Amino acid sequence: MEIPLSRRTLLGMAAAVPVSAALTACGSSGPSKGGGKATYWHLSGMPQEGVRTGAVERFNEANPKGQIEVTTFENDAYKTKIKTAIGAGKAPTIIWGWGGGTLRTYVESDQVDDLTPWFDENPEIKNRLFPSSFGAATVDGKIYAMPFESVEPIVLFYNKRVFDDVGVEPPQSWDDIMALVPKLNAEGIAPFSLGGQSRWTNMMWLEFLFDRIGGPEVFQAVFDGEKNAWSHPAAIEALTKVQDLVKADGFIKGFSSITADSNADQALLYTDKAAMMLHGSWSYGIQQTEGGDFVSGDGLGFMNFPPVDGGKGDPGNSVGNPAQYLSISSKASAEQKKIAKDFFATGVLTDDEVKEWIETGAVPIRKGSEKLLAESESSEFLEFVYGIASNAKSFGQSWDQALSPTAAETLLDNIAKLFQLSISPRQFTENLNKVIGK
Amino acid sequence: MSALTSSTGREGRRGILPWLAVPALLFFVGFAVVPLVGVFVLSFTTWDGIGTIHPSGLTSWRAVLTDPGLPHALWVTFLVMAVSWAVQTPASILLGTFLAGRQRYRAVLSLIYFVPLLLSSAAIAVAYRALLDPNFGLGAGLGSEWLSKDWLGRPWLAFGVVVFVVSWQFVPFHSLIYQGGVQQIPHSLYEAAQLDGAGRIRQFFSITLPQLKYTIITSSTLMVIGSLTFFDLIFVLTEGGPGDATRVLALDMYKRGFQADLMGPASAIAVILVLMGLAIALLLRRLGGRDAGESQLEGA
Repeated sequence: MEIPLSRRTLLGMAAAVPVSAALTACGSSGPSKGGGKATYWHLSGMPQEGVRTGAVERFNEANPKGQIEVTTFENDAYKTKIKTAIGAGKAPTIIWGWGGGTLRTYVESDQVDDLTPWFDENPEIKNRLFPSSFGAATVDGKIYAMPFESVEPIVLFYNKRVFDDVGVEPPQSWDDIMALVPKLNAEGIAPFSLGGQSRWTNMMWLEFLFDRIGGPEVFQAVFDGEKNAWSHPAAIEALTKVQDLVKADGFIKGFSSITADSNADQALLYTDKAAMMLHGSWSYGIQQTEGGDFVSGDGLGFMNFPPVDGGKGDPGNSVGNPAQYLSISSKASAEQKKIAKDFFATGVLTDDEVKEWIETGAVPIRKGSEKLLAESESSEFLEFVYGIASNAKSFGQSWDQALSPTAAETLLDNIAKLFQLSISPRQFTENLNKVIGK
Repeated sequence: MSALTSSTGREGRRGILPWLAVPALLFFVGFAVVPLVGVFVLSFTTWDGIGTIHPSGLTSWRAVLTDPGLPHALWVTFLVMAVSWAVQTPASILLGTFLAGRQRYRAVLSLIYFVPLLLSSAAIAVAYRALLDPNFGLGAGLGSEWLSKDWLGRPWLAFGVVVFVVSWQFVPFHSLIYQGGVQQIPHSLYEAAQLDGAGRIRQFFSITLPQLKYTIITSSTLMVIGSLTFFDLIFVLTEGGPGDATRVLALDMYKRGFQADLMGPASAIAVILVLMGLAIALLLRRLGGRDAGESQLEGA
């Protein structure tokens, strides 16, 4: 077939080239089935996003034949998006997650691959990670996710400048906390900052009080689905204690309209408006970047949650996120799954990545990084976190991650009401007993 | 195409006109009827949004209807609807009547009043949340004790904020409707009233307001039905809090469906919302009288 060459056909061809180029570009960016690319969705937000993306870039450079393509989402948007995508059979090859209850729902509907045989074949991969990080990746004795990134215990942060000004010492027990409250309030400083609108922020208080008063068994019973597990006497005592603290004005005025995602709660600490704050260890990095000279000028103090007198729990116990997790979608092609496993084996928590996590003020879950931690600018904090993570007899996973989404939503709802003082500890336990095991 | 252009006779038009509605009808079926049926079916199932869908009869309906949260969410929804209607309607009528004048500065003003409508609800909610922050917001910035209240942390204050922000966003739109309504009123009525010695206030109550009857019904229908779907604004502003003080039905549906993985009960609530919307729309049509569909200008 001969095309008569004219100005018009030339123009037409010129126009067609970029269009077809664009079309092929579109085709390869979607979750293409059987293609030579694995897809990977994770969370946006610096500095963590940079480390995650950097790891993928290095992997792609080293593996020109098995590329990974990244899409990032904002935290809350991601939670909805990933669920919808998995439900619709359009999941990415590599699923970034928090383990626990949500992972269990994926497993129960056969959406993620069992990685136990792979870990058995490659024991060196398993052995270089913190053993405590595998709990939240395990469902009914099988491992469905690769723990990675960093361990994030909940820590009691305090403002040294404020403590010096008021002339008091950081609390060594629950009674100390209750005694500090009126002293700080009298100086016009809020004892505790709290982003109460986010609800999981309030939950951290209950996690510690349950553990310190009754030990890790109290929540374990809930997790195991024991009937009326929330009615444990230690639970009632913990719930009552937290309401006592609310009634004594222990939290900043207006805490239930403060959100954690805007970091307003952390700003209250480094602007000297609040004396203390219970928050995840990731808050350190945020205060470092946003708090001016607060961290560098030695204004920030940190400690593990103090014991409660007469409590059964070990004061060395901790709660929080044992790690973050990567699963492989069972809907992915064999080729994509292979790329994902290669990435897990050679691209995750490499020496470069470990260094980058430490730079962001996080403790990566790879064993033997003590030396790197000690060399870091934030060595004092990082060694403190490493100490908690490696010495805690029990490291409880955040409740809303550990429980199923159904139970977690009821939990968060009732926690908000508990802190509002609109329900009693007794009503709280009754409402939650109803969703045990759901 | 040729049939349309060549046949100008009555017969030909009658033949072609119904076919012109087909694309719109297809869209309506595809994007409204099919999902609606889907939601109805889902409300009789158990589904966590990921796994397989199990038919479960009336379980979801029973769970929703016996949940003490439902009467509360219904009450909050109704309250938001009623209070925001009561705030918006007088404000919009007065503003619309004022803007209907023919002076140039009013045209400029009406453009400025229109701005809130152009912003997305989420952006408005984020902005108000920042302004109302008790520690870093407007109150703290101006050093005003009165302004630095715990706006979103006390149930009634939070409810008031929701109504205020909703009104701030939608009064411009309804003013525009009323502005158009007022401009439709024949000038001769006002001239006659002036000859009879009626003042401005008398004119407003005796001519403008009665003549706006159908505009009021249209605007109220939009307001009331629209308030059933308030979700984005409340979600970003208060997340239904404090506690569940501003947890309207649409938000309840989202939380059950997408946060608690209970698609069945969430679908049941969606069905309830659809039924409420239909009932209210029919009720408002009735209130308008039998002639509501007819032109208000006839015989004027």
